[in-house]
Amino acid sequence: MSAATAKSMPKHLLSVSDLDADLIRTLLDTAAQMQDVQRREVKKIPTLRGRTVINLFFEDSTRTRSSFEIAGKWMSADTINITGKGSSASKGESLRDTVRTIDAMGVDALVIRHSASGACHQVAGWIDAHVINAGDGTHEHPTQALLDAYTMQQRIGDLAGKHVVIVGDLTHSRVFRSNLLSLRMLGARITIVAPVTLMPSGIRSWAERDGFTVAHDLDAVLRDGDRVDALMMLRVQKERMTGGFFPTPREYTVGYGLTRPRLDRLTADHPGVVICHPGPMNRGLEISADAADSAESLILDQVSAGVAVRMSVLYHLLAGGDAERGEGGAA
Amino acid sequence: MSSVVVNDATVYAGQPASRGDSRDAVARDVVVVDGVITDLRASDAPGDAHVIDANGLVLLPGFVDLHTHLREPGREDAETICSGSQAAAVGGYTAILAMANTTPVTDTAEAAERILDLGRACGLVDVQPIGAVTRGLAGEQLAELGLMQRSRARVKVFSDDGHCVDDSRVMRRALEYVRSFGGVISQHSQDAALAGSGACCHEGEISGRLGLPGWPAAAESVIIARDVQLARHTGGRVHVAHVSTAEGVEVIRWAKAQGIAVTAEVTPHHLALTTEALTAYDPVFKVNPPLRPSEDVEAVRAALRDGTMTRSRPTMLLMRGTTRNTPSSTRRSGCSVWRRRWPSWPT
Repeated sequence: MSAATAKSMPKHLLSVSDLDADLIRTLLDTAAQMQDVQRREVKKIPTLRGRTVINLFFEDSTRTRSSFEIAGKWMSADTINITGKGSSASKGESLRDTVRTIDAMGVDALVIRHSASGACHQVAGWIDAHVINAGDGTHEHPTQALLDAYTMQQRIGDLAGKHVVIVGDLTHSRVFRSNLLSLRMLGARITIVAPVTLMPSGIRSWAERDGFTVAHDLDAVLRDGDRVDALMMLRVQKERMTGGFFPTPREYTVGYGLTRPRLDRLTADHPGVVICHPGPMNRGLEISADAADSAESLILDQVSAGVAVRMSVLYHLLAGGDAERGEGGAA
Repeated sequence: MSSVVVNDATVYAGQPASRGDSRDAVARDVVVVDGVITDLRASDAPGDAHVIDANGLVLLPGFVDLHTHLREPGREDAETICSGSQAAAVGGYTAILAMANTTPVTDTAEAAERILDLGRACGLVDVQPIGAVTRGLAGEQLAELGLMQRSRARVKVFSDDGHCVDDSRVMRRALEYVRSFGGVISQHSQDAALAGSGACCHEGEISGRLGLPGWPAAAESVIIARDVQLARHTGGRVHVAHVSTAEGVEVIRWAKAQGIAVTAEVTPHHLALTTEALTAYDPVFKVNPPLRPSEDVEAVRAALRDGTMTRSRPTMLLMRGTTRNTPSSTRRSGCSVWRRRWPSWPT
């Protein structure tokens, strides 16, 4: 995390590990400026005029895909959406052939979501255009982590030394993996909470190596006296509910859901705490409606920040944010 | 009459090369007449012999590969019996056993004879078919084990490799049935419930970080443990294919100590590479069973040294073109090591 290891803005954003703390701060600073654009009546700046950004989504998405599309359009890029179902991939074309076909048209960036972990890494080796990972399997979702950091910072300030508790289906969560990297870079303390069956494999040695805390009792974490600054509730996917990872949804909610009573204790014991959720939510399962709609909830702020953060990422990767960083970030 | 003289070669014979050192080896000449070694002095060679100067070179017995995937019939675009024979010959193999998971599956005498004949037609190495344990590799009904054994191919090794014989009852019957003609069942030890088709790498910290579905070491060792108990019960012979875990080695070592008829093999890539190779998502490292952490690599190396595993062999799945175009985690497993045999071989 020292200046000696400072990185330059990468060509692709495949993983949060492509960044460092300085680069994240640069991206978030720019996102703040972009959010000003978002608040204007006429939301259009010429920054990416003449650039073409393809959203290539092999998995369903509401917020990520539309926010990338809006981000590109507000910066005057030509953005096109291609979904797996509507592409030649559904006719059996390989991923490599699909992305090389699109690349051959001369596009500037591919924003890719794919069900296979590592798919974006492989694509980056096959094509010339910039690749932005919009979620690869259960691996990473770097722009989600950036917008989470941005949203939390807006409310609770610099994340250095702040205690962030992440709860949910961690083993299948790309949001968790990206957040773990970014929150560590920004100096936050991290506790992760889930039943053992929903923890990623090798979590004990991983936690020891990377310096975070693993817990299985959410109530103990919330009342052990260690202040909680942010609580990040992650989605439990429907297919996990029948996959034998836990006995019943009810049992999960009792142990790990942000229920009304738990919300009351949380806000009483940890004044100023914020609640995040990357969406889509299962109201009543991992988060109660009361918690989702509470004053502590940042869930809609996260969605709003998603556009600004993605504008910032597109700007820095495509329009050469490097020069700006060279002046300010080299120290 | 055709003759060859190999001059001044460093000859290793009788001892596995991995256990030999230079003191065991001697430099000598070898005279071969019509494919038979006739003399160890070049001075006695026929005058018209083809002379190979092997000074500074090593001469070894031909290797036998117990476990190869030649892909013919069915996937001739990936590999043929002849292209596999060529690769084997380049790597120093003189005999290779071809696994049954082709299309159609080698589960009849006719299918086995066809592979034998195609290997002979190519004529570079001995190609010996392995028969399927169950019809169509479905794991339900025994294939025609006896008819394959009686065929011209004289099949003695049977394996559903690529699939584990999951059903304990079927495995038991197979081990019993092949006893009558001294056959052996080679098992791909992978508990499907613990490591299903989605599992693409070792389950551990690295798979956790990479978000890849892993398969735990226990998925291998529980099947080995079951099979050695079945071998003890039936008196049949079981061969454990491509052992990759310390737990698996431990069970095999125990079983051998009990006098159970079990043999095992390990691949060069499981001796040489670890899970660390996965971190760049390069599909070339996707193999089944998966690469394991260094503790497991140390354990299989030790097992090879102490004789717990008496054979070694590479898994052969030449993957050309299309299969590399899909994401790593969904790509078929496989690794081509014949041509790289010695450089990747730890001694």
